[in-house]
Amino acid sequence: MTATTLTPIAEGRLARAVRLSLVHFRFQFIEILRTPIAVIGNLAFPAIALLFFVVPQAAVAQHPVAATSATAQLAAFAIASTCMFTFGLGVSEERSKPFAPYQRTLPVGALPPLAGRVLNGIVWSYIALVPLVVVGWLGTSAELDPARILPALVTVIGIATPFTLLGLAIGYAMSPKAAVAVVQLTLFPLAFAGGMFMPPEIFPGWLDAMSSFTPTRAVREVFVATAAGTPLDAKFVLVLLGWIVLFATLATIAYRRDEGRNYR
Amino acid sequence: MTSTTTAPAHARTEPRAAVVDVRSVTRTFGSVTALDDVTLSVADGELLGLLGPNGAGKTTLLSLVSGLRRPDSGTVRLFGGDPRDPASRIRLGTTPQETGLPEPLRVGEVVDLVARHYPDPMPAGELLERFGLSELVRRQTGSLSGGQKRRLAVALALVGRPRLVLLDEPTTGLDVEARHELWTALRSFHAEGATVVVTSHYLEEIEALAERVVVVGQGRVLADDSLSRVLAAVARRKVLVHLPDDAAVRELARRTGSADPVREGDRLAFLAADSDAFVRELVRSGTEFSGLEVRGASLEEAFITLTKESR
Repeated sequence: MTATTLTPIAEGRLARAVRLSLVHFRFQFIEILRTPIAVIGNLAFPAIALLFFVVPQAAVAQHPVAATSATAQLAAFAIASTCMFTFGLGVSEERSKPFAPYQRTLPVGALPPLAGRVLNGIVWSYIALVPLVVVGWLGTSAELDPARILPALVTVIGIATPFTLLGLAIGYAMSPKAAVAVVQLTLFPLAFAGGMFMPPEIFPGWLDAMSSFTPTRAVREVFVATAAGTPLDAKFVLVLLGWIVLFATLATIAYRRDEGRNYR
Repeated sequence: MTSTTTAPAHARTEPRAAVVDVRSVTRTFGSVTALDDVTLSVADGELLGLLGPNGAGKTTLLSLVSGLRRPDSGTVRLFGGDPRDPASRIRLGTTPQETGLPEPLRVGEVVDLVARHYPDPMPAGELLERFGLSELVRRQTGSLSGGQKRRLAVALALVGRPRLVLLDEPTTGLDVEARHELWTALRSFHAEGATVVVTSHYLEEIEALAERVVVVGQGRVLADDSLSRVLAAVARRKVLVHLPDDAAVRELARRTGSADPVREGDRLAFLAADSDAFVRELVRSGTEFSGLEVRGASLEEAFITLTKESR
C-alpha cells in the first residue's frame, strides 16, 4: 500500500493493554493525590462512624468477635463508598471537561482507562482502611489474627473491584448531578440491605433472603469471614463474582456509548 | 534509515491515498441537524482548512473522524479503518478543545501520558522546545496562562508523530504574535509530510494555513476548492442603496445576477462579487437611487449568501 498504511504495533495486544492500564492508573493516581480534598471525606467517614456508633457501645466494643465484625462491616462500607463516590462521581465530572474527549481520541480502547480506575479503587481502599483500623484497634477489642492479615488484604480487591465498576457504569452513563443522586440511591439502600450498618443476624427472614443476593451482602460476608475467621457460605463468593462480571459489562458498555457532553 | 523505507518514493508513483473518507454522513443531536449528508475526502499530505461560522458542524465532523462520535447514517473511514477502533487512531493527532488540560498534572507529565500511547513518540524535550514550553515542564497545567495552555494543547497533537493532525480552532484566544508562531509550527509540520486539517471561523487563519478550503454551513458542504477560488467566492462587497420601488429592485437583481437583497434600515443590502460591475449596472439602469454605499462584507454575510446560492 502507500505511506498511510498503519505501522503494526510491535507489542502484543494484551501486553499493550496491561502497560496502558498501568499508565492510566499512574496518572489518575497522581491527579487524585494532588487534589486530596476529594478523598478526605470518604477516608474519614467510616472511622467517624466507628467512633460514634460502635466505640460507645460497650457490649459490642468490648466483645472481640463482635467488635471485629463491626469494624469489618464498616470497612467493607468504607471501601464501597470510596470506590463509588470517588470513581463514579469523579468520572461523571471529568467527562464534562474537554480533556476527557481528547483522551478518547488516543489509540486506546475501553480496557486501560477502566482498569486504571479499578486499580486506583483498590489502592485508595487500602488507604481508606488505615484510619478505620487505627480506631478499631485503639477504641475497641477488635482483634485481627496476624495470620489473617494477608487474606483480608486480598479480599479488599474483591470488594473494591465491583463497586468501582458500578461507580464507573453510573459515572459514564450520567451527568454529574444525576450521578450524585443515583450513587446515593444505590449505595445507601444496598449498604443497609447488605448488613453493612446493622448485622444481618437481626434481619427478619424475608429481608435476610433478599439480602443474600445483594453485592453488598456478598462483600460483607466474604470480608467478615476473612477478617474474623468465621465460616463462609460459598454461595456468597459466587454472588460476588456474578456482580463483578455484570458491573464490568455495564461499565464497558457505558464507556463505549459515551460521546462526551452532548448539546441539544 | 534502513533500506526498507521506500514509502515516500513509492507513494509518488501511486494516486494519493485517502487519509480521511467521509461519505453521505448525517448526524443529529435531538432536533438539531449538525451534519446533513456530508461527503468529504482528504488525501495524504493535504493542508485542508474547514471554514464556517460557529455551529456550522465543523466540530461534529472532526468528532466523527477522531472516533468520538458515530454518524447516524453514512460511513467515516480513517486510514481506511473505522475511527472507533483504537488501532485506526495510531497515526492520528488531535488537540483538547478550549484549554482543557488536567490541572493537577505537570506539563511534562501530560506530554508523557500522551506519549505512552504511541509506538514512536517525539521526545518531550524536542516537542516542548518546538512550542517554546521548555521552561514550563515542571509547572502544573492549572497554573499556565491561556496562551501557554493553547500551545501545549496543540503540542499534544504532535506527540505521536502523526500522519494526520486535526486541529479545532487552534489559535482561539491567542494574541497575534502567538498565533503567527503557531501557524509557523504547523506549516513546518506539514512540510515534513503530515496531513493537516484545521477548522476556523477566521478567514485570516485559513488564508495563512490552508491550500484547499472546505466551507461548511448549516451542516452542509457549501464550497470545496483551492484557497484562491474559495477566497474569491467568499470575498463579497456589500452595496447599500435606497431604491424607489419593488420593480426597480427586481430589475437590478436581474441585471446584476445577484441574490435577493436584505433590508437594512431604509436601504437594501446587495452582496456583490464585483461591486464595480454592480454599480455600473445600477447607473446604467437609470433608476432613481439614493444613499449609495459600498463596503466589505463580513465572512458571516458571505456564508449566508453561499448558503442561499447553494439551494
